[in-house]
Amino acid sequence: MAAVDQSKIRNFCIVAHIDHGKSTLADRIIEKTGLLTSREMQSQVLDNMELERERGITIKAQTVRTVYKAQDGEEYIFNLIDTPGHVDFNYEVSRSLAACDGAILVVDAAQGIEAQTLANVYLALDHDLDVVPVINKIDLPSAEPQRVMDEIEDVIGIEAQDAPLISAKTGQNVDEVLEQIVKRIPAPSGSPDNPLQALIFDSVYDPYKGVIIFCRIKEGTVRKGTPIRMMATGAEADVVEVGYFGAGQFLPCEELSAGMVGYITGSIKNVKDTRVGDTVTDRERPCAEPLPGYKKVQSMVYCGLYPADGAKYPDLRDALEKLQLNDAALQFEPETSIALGFGFRCGFLGLLHLEIIQERLEREYNLDLVTTAPGVVYRVHKSSGEMIELTNPSNLPDPSEIEYMEEPMVSAEIMVTTEFIGSIMELCQERRGIYLGMEYMEETRALLRYELPLNEIIYDFFDALKSRSRGYASFDYDFKGYVQSELVKLDILINREEVDALSFIVHGASAYDRGRKMCEKLKDEIPRHLFEIPIQAAVGGKIIARETVKAMRKDVLAKCYGGDITRKRKLLEKQKEGKKRMRQIGNVEIPQKAFMSVLKLDDKK
Amino acid sequence: MIKNNKMRELELYVHIPFCVRKCAYCDFLSAPAGREVQEAYVEQLLREIRGSGSAFGEYEVQSIFFGGGTPGILETDRLCQVLTRLKQEFACAEDAEVTVETNPGTVSEEKLCRYLEAGVNRLSLGLQSMDDRELSLLGRIHTWEQFLDSYGAARKAGFENINIDVMSALPGQTVESFRRTLKKVLALEPEHLSAYSLIIEEGTPFYERYEGHPELLPSEEEERRMYYDTKEMLAAAGYRRYEISNYAKPGYECRHNLGYWERTEYRGYGLGAASLLGQVRYTNQTELTEYLKGNTRGTSEPLTEQAVREEYFFLGLRKTDGVPLGAYGAHYEELIKKLTAQQLLEERDGRIRLTDRGIDVSNYVLAQFLD
Repeated sequence: MAAVDQSKIRNFCIVAHIDHGKSTLADRIIEKTGLLTSREMQSQVLDNMELERERGITIKAQTVRTVYKAQDGEEYIFNLIDTPGHVDFNYEVSRSLAACDGAILVVDAAQGIEAQTLANVYLALDHDLDVVPVINKIDLPSAEPQRVMDEIEDVIGIEAQDAPLISAKTGQNVDEVLEQIVKRIPAPSGSPDNPLQALIFDSVYDPYKGVIIFCRIKEGTVRKGTPIRMMATGAEADVVEVGYFGAGQFLPCEELSAGMVGYITGSIKNVKDTRVGDTVTDRERPCAEPLPGYKKVQSMVYCGLYPADGAKYPDLRDALEKLQLNDAALQFEPETSIALGFGFRCGFLGLLHLEIIQERLEREYNLDLVTTAPGVVYRVHKSSGEMIELTNPSNLPDPSEIEYMEEPMVSAEIMVTTEFIGSIMELCQERRGIYLGMEYMEETRALLRYELPLNEIIYDFFDALKSRSRGYASFDYDFKGYVQSELVKLDILINREEVDALSFIVHGASAYDRGRKMCEKLKDEIPRHLFEIPIQAAVGGKIIARETVKAMRKDVLAKCYGGDITRKRKLLEKQKEGKKRMRQIGNVEIPQKAFMSVLKLDDKK
Repeated sequence: MIKNNKMRELELYVHIPFCVRKCAYCDFLSAPAGREVQEAYVEQLLREIRGSGSAFGEYEVQSIFFGGGTPGILETDRLCQVLTRLKQEFACAEDAEVTVETNPGTVSEEKLCRYLEAGVNRLSLGLQSMDDRELSLLGRIHTWEQFLDSYGAARKAGFENINIDVMSALPGQTVESFRRTLKKVLALEPEHLSAYSLIIEEGTPFYERYEGHPELLPSEEEERRMYYDTKEMLAAAGYRRYEISNYAKPGYECRHNLGYWERTEYRGYGLGAASLLGQVRYTNQTELTEYLKGNTRGTSEPLTEQAVREEYFFLGLRKTDGVPLGAYGAHYEELIKKLTAQQLLEERDGRIRLTDRGIDVSNYVLAQFLD
């Protein structure tokens, strides 16, 4: 392949709030540039995990290269880097953006700017990307393109009057977007002759090729045989293959040089060696410095995952190992719970990441799981001067050994229509939010800024937000740091036995309320037994709330004659079946879903 | 009583899926229908019966039960004709129990006399409550007065074995009103009483009305009180509880229903009727139009050894006498030990039975006999 003319390359991404049409536009661009005919296209080529398509979100960065013949008669290479669309993956998003030279900002013509729009645009501007606004969904009856254009100018401060008005769904005016990509997104720079400097923005594990590194070449050239080193992890390899991205396939080529986006393989066994954000260089002719912005991704949310059937423990371990091959952000280590037996304490980027892993384990690996309440990483400073990062509440040292504890905080932006400001502020207040400020986007919408403890938003904050704003609030957050906090461990006792899997860390001021709600919820979840079961919440051995599951004193089927026998048998079978999905703790049988249901405690609907 | 020991026992059931008006809680296969449909149904019933007895040469019928619906609404001749046909087809024990289920207000003294003449010897009357307001909430067609008339007519006609159905946990019912029902009923001295608590079944108007609204029904405490009152008041009046919901004066236990719990073989006729023959359970066609066309057969379910064992216990333990453990004892040894320790089960002389406490939570206990 002949050397590529750098001036004919456009590396860009699409940023948008969820559901504003990012993936649909990506599909249209791929289709219009002739890489695939629409018949070959499965809807939304870039979201290729089943789960991604179902949830309408992108989990892993996807990249595709297409060739566009512009109106000026020249052919341009488009590298479209699709970024994950969720706050859990903010770091991945930032690395994907760093691999681009420009960004298309998609805004829904009916909904206008939402919280993620802002977050993503600011992220793009932080990376000095040229942002090209596009107004999508103009085919909707409720579309107000002029209002949205004004809003983009007012709120974000970028020129938007000549933004293409498109419908990605019907394909209307998508050509205009393609022309603007050529005209408004700059060509990459960098010299193919400099020492190699390539940014890893993703990597996947392939059973035949080993790890496939997705990278943007900033400087230099890489080809088969180049001896490479990952500057942060120190991992080394010799390049076996380089290439670029077709739609859903890898197309090998001779070399990748400065300005190009493509992949590298080198018989690397583990994605942990090729961390997102790391810099690939030539170990015989290294670049002076790694690219800025690398950080090791930290798990933000932890929970225990246990096989519902204890015998499936090895299967769960195998499944986690396989998922980890492709997901360096997933962490796990074995743990034992008195209530749940053998399982794993797993670390995730956020609650969505947790849910995705959980769903994949259940679907792709056919595992029935019991999940314990997710928690964040607390810092426990002991009087001895030692600091522990606490991921499992059961491991909290004795209070007498603790000097103080810290919890992670996030800064959150919530976009909301003005009528719901009150109820959303109330929600943030309940969740120990610190009010930072409010800006009116326009007359009817405002952006609320809060500092919130992460542990207050990982449970059901998003659901509560949606239900209290009738679905109109949008939300985005960013990790801010640790602050000292009055935290206590809340224990749950069922029939006077502490159930370790139900313990969690909570702020002292919310302990009573949370304890009460937990007890109420568990009371509904635990079926009646032949004896009365007290459910208690305790802090430091002191009972702060109690509910009672009354004893079952009557459970009789009145009629059972010749014609009912089959039906009655089914009823009894159902009762029996229910018992199988229970965990025996002491004398009490607790349904597995009870361990999860206590997460949804918001009572205002 | 002479019993031919070589004969196998058989029970017969005839389903009459018609009623004057469907009660709001009823999930039985039954609906109002015009004369013509009833006529066509009886014709089909007779066809279904005709010749079917030939397969039962070595059997002797112990009981015949006309259930519904409200069998009493059929033309008297027609019902008697069905009974006669059955007697022609089958060898019936001389003392066979022949029951007709009916509702107050659908039978006259004359009709009842004809039943007796045709060989009916037991009557089952659905009263449910003596409180007219409770009756009307249930969607029943009769009043307490009408019930008294029917009951009186039955006695006058000469019925000496009468069952009355009563229900507890009804909408609008109180512990007091239920006691009144029991008192009034006991004063009539029926030979047999069936006492049920209302179950809100899916697909009924009651389900729409009450599911998720426990506040509209008697509280759990009240319900339990009614249940214990039944037990206590009936025992004091000389009735023996022989099954979870059935009480009788000595010697008046319903043989037909005992057959179900003892897994005696039975042959059912009519729409949706079930049979147990050998170890196969059959259920007739449940679509009336199909049944009327002569497509009477429905599904059959051969019971596995396990299913037979399970049924043996979950049906047999409904009887207060319980069941002999026999060959199954070893299989359930652990379970029986556990349930005995929990005082839910008693074992004596190779039989097991539910304790009073075990009866109260019988679902919990019986479910455990399913493997």
